[in-house]
Amino acid sequence: MSTTTETLDRVPLEEEKPLITGNQTFSSVTQKISEIAEARTPKLWWIAIGISSSMMLFLIVLIGWLIWEGTGVWGLNVPVGWGWAIVNFVFWVGIGHAGTLISAILFLFRQKWRTSINRFAEAMTLFAVICALIFPGIHVGRIWAAYWMIPLPNQMEMWPNFRSPLLWDIFAVGTYFTVSLLFWYTGLIPDLASMRDRAKTKIRKIILGIFSLGWRGGNRQWQNYELAYLLLAGLSTPLVLSVHSVVSTDFATSVIPGWHTTIFPPYFVAGAIFSGFAMVNTLAIIARKIYKLEDFITINHLEKMNKIMLVTGMMVGYAYGCEFFIAWYGANEYESFAFINRAFGPYAWAYWTMITCNVLVPQLFWSKRLRTSIPVMFVAALLINVGMWFERFVIVVTSLSADFLPSSWDYYSPTFVDIGMFIGSFGLFFTFFLLFLRFVPMIAISEVKAVLPQADPHYYNGNGHGKKAQVQETATERGDQS
Amino acid sequence: MSENHEKPSMMLAEFDNPAHLLEAAEKLKNAGYKKFDCHSPFPIHGMDDAMGMKRSPLGWMVGFVAFFALLGGFTLEWWTSAVDYPLVISGKPFFSYQAYGPVAFAVMVLSSAFTALLGMMALNKLPMWYHQLFNSDKTAKISNDGFVVSIESKDQLFDRKKTKDFLEEIGGQNLEVI
Repeated sequence: MSTTTETLDRVPLEEEKPLITGNQTFSSVTQKISEIAEARTPKLWWIAIGISSSMMLFLIVLIGWLIWEGTGVWGLNVPVGWGWAIVNFVFWVGIGHAGTLISAILFLFRQKWRTSINRFAEAMTLFAVICALIFPGIHVGRIWAAYWMIPLPNQMEMWPNFRSPLLWDIFAVGTYFTVSLLFWYTGLIPDLASMRDRAKTKIRKIILGIFSLGWRGGNRQWQNYELAYLLLAGLSTPLVLSVHSVVSTDFATSVIPGWHTTIFPPYFVAGAIFSGFAMVNTLAIIARKIYKLEDFITINHLEKMNKIMLVTGMMVGYAYGCEFFIAWYGANEYESFAFINRAFGPYAWAYWTMITCNVLVPQLFWSKRLRTSIPVMFVAALLINVGMWFERFVIVVTSLSADFLPSSWDYYSPTFVDIGMFIGSFGLFFTFFLLFLRFVPMIAISEVKAVLPQADPHYYNGNGHGKKAQVQETATERGDQS
Repeated sequence: MSENHEKPSMMLAEFDNPAHLLEAAEKLKNAGYKKFDCHSPFPIHGMDDAMGMKRSPLGWMVGFVAFFALLGGFTLEWWTSAVDYPLVISGKPFFSYQAYGPVAFAVMVLSSAFTALLGMMALNKLPMWYHQLFNSDKTAKISNDGFVVSIESKDQLFDRKKTKDFLEEIGGQNLEVI
């Protein structure tokens, strides 16, 4: 083969796989995605929501009991003043981050593959942040005074302490939830209009009509809409980095050994994205199977997410190593003890669970065969989520249980309320998620249409950058093996 | 094509695909039409130029709000913690501007996000739950797979006969007057 530039120009560097398979037309995209929310409620859905809403009810009852009895119903003790509730808070906020990364950062980087997964990843973000917000909310103990955290003029003439990271958290996570909701809704407007125009019953027409705001799809609307979308993506992008950084300052600005480190913000952000992608993957695998969306969420999409998990997993692993190195290099007795105690102390079981799930498991994704195998990635994603929960447990509990004075050390064990609330938070999450799957288009219809090859006006003029030919060829090979 | 309207409000024509819609937009612009719109199920790349539209002012609106929200956030923090009720906490200065960053930033992002959505709605005159266009079956096509041009009768060049002929000449199909 000749190596002249002329030849090289004609040889594509890498054949790009089609994003959406199955020879979809604009109409088939609308049909396929809308019909999920329009069809009769499947029996499986009723069973699933029965289970999840029972779990959610359990959470509500436990919260009631907690408010009645006080935080003593948790397993907290004197050195360990933050237990599972804070672990769960950090865990759930972290989960949300992948949704924002997909909807905002991948949008700014023009990663078109995001269109198949962004809608439900954003929904996942919203519901995960709701779960997260509950825990610090009920952790204040006197829940009726929770509004003191907001700067409202009051009879005491006092203001919140803006120098406290705990207050930053209120603003960071509150903003995160609100902005994610606005972004999600903005994305939904044209899709709700599509569903409005398909609606058969009066009640559907009215509800979808109200929420689609009277969208008409004219370019004079699209122009402002696209800019609003871009601006929201731009505003959400720093949130991906800032929210978990602020969460990490809850720990990093304290003097507790094992918490007081500058590595925390990037380390937390990497961990958040890592765990969030694991959750997106888990949900995507289930949803595409049940709703037969293999043409929209292809193996190609899942593989890309697995690659992100591999990268962020390596970052997290590096952070674990770096923490140990600095603890030794910093030559602070308490700091070195905190880390040796993590790995070989009473919570060694949790530490090594974390290392196994977060550092070793993602290494499977180096192999193309393994990262394109549904069963492998499903199990790996579940394990990664287990590992990421344990990471927060290790950080929160090991550092607190053995701080400076050995006389104050104590071992922490959760009570059934701690465990019940964690399980209940999954109930809350899945209840919202199932409602979302049932009533809202779970894939961004208009965005998927826009990445189809025939959406590009160049596709129609003869040469069409060669796209037309490529599409017909690749549509037959179907990048999906499941 | 229904002809029984005394005072039509707009004329609609369908086109085959995004490329034809783009060409039609260009031709309408060159013919001097102003009050027309090109409807599609998704935004079409290059349509703003083809229709001769100005840039959306939304970026400036959001930028303006962002600036004042950031300033407002800092002012609130300074006034509450250094002026109205100064509290000594860990011996830190009352005006600890470094520590004010996260909250001021959050206030900025929150206000800007609201401006982006509400500003988009205001510029697009949404919510508008009733519009002439909804009287046409083409609305359902637009949100599915239709590419439709609409010309308002308020346009200076609008003339039932001439506009109809022009739309047909540039490839418009299934013309409709509503």
